[in-house]
Amino acid sequence: MPVTAKKYTIKINRELCKGCQFCMAFCPENVLAMKKAKAVVINPEKCTGCQLCELYCPDFAIEVEKKNE
Amino acid sequence: MFPYSKYLRTNRLPHIWCTGCGCGIILKAMLRAVDRSGIDRNTLIFVSGIGCSSRTPGYIDFDTLHTTHGRALAFATGIKLAKPEMKVIVLTGDGDACAIGGNHFIHAARRNLDLTVILYNNRIYGMTGGQPSPTTPYGEKGTTAPYGSIEPSFDVCRLAAAAGAVFVARSTCYHATQLDKLILKAMNIKGFSLVEILSPCPTYYAHLNRLGTSLDLLMGYKRNSIPVEKARRLDPSELKDKIVTGVIYKTERPEYFEEYHKLQQGITENGRLR
Repeated sequence: MPVTAKKYTIKINRELCKGCQFCMAFCPENVLAMKKAKAVVINPEKCTGCQLCELYCPDFAIEVEKKNE
Repeated sequence: MFPYSKYLRTNRLPHIWCTGCGCGIILKAMLRAVDRSGIDRNTLIFVSGIGCSSRTPGYIDFDTLHTTHGRALAFATGIKLAKPEMKVIVLTGDGDACAIGGNHFIHAARRNLDLTVILYNNRIYGMTGGQPSPTTPYGEKGTTAPYGSIEPSFDVCRLAAAAGAVFVARSTCYHATQLDKLILKAMNIKGFSLVEILSPCPTYYAHLNRLGTSLDLLMGYKRNSIPVEKARRLDPSELKDKIVTGVIYKTERPEYFEEYHKLQQGITENGRLR
């Protein structure tokens, strides 16, 4: 079965993000990075949907959603 | 994805808390616990005092009450007496509950009032500018203790258990999934239940004590915490500077409001007991 890339969409609300870097630090796959003191998605295809970033974001700024097939 | 926005006053966001403050993590855990409990949101009321932690009710779309410093438990007692069918959750901080509201805290525990207390412990007075609180460890700095605090600190969980609480638990912001389980357990307890949650304060506590960023504090919680089951097998000397997490104390005692209503029903029209 082919592995379908990018099964999850990561939504970052830049207005709410305060740049604490929790999401980046907890992401096990280096999907996220910081740019201008805000979180950005750099490797969206690597996301495994563990939702640790969403769990630790104190600012309600990041959401991981499963893509509809 | 958890629908946090269902429970939030989204027009009030972004919140006031500093970059890297743990209050947001606790708020999220609390919303997950409320969602899992299945309690009708119209029967829930959140009460808070003053402090960083006590800003929480401003962001959640429930019946909320923001009261004076340290008096959250006193207001919560009044609400519960007037409306016994309501589920009352008190959100408070270490300074709010242990210093200014210290008496309310021990006597609420002694009476075993049916309240759920979520205590955000960042070990400092954040909102007022970084003064040491009763939970600031000995030797740690605050703005009014530049050479380090010379006062020993409270162990909030032991204090609550000694005063008479029926459910006492502790966790940290690092243990985010454990938080919702503990809060949910506390909510289901009839009686005074306390969940103490250690939360990083990057602006004052970490900055003044040179502990690094908020993330370093979170990782410190990971390194220094011990589950209560394991801690019971260890020598007390090995537990120095460690954070014991989990359900620390649990017991059963008659609950105040039930006793009160029993007494009320027992009194006849001429004022005598049946």
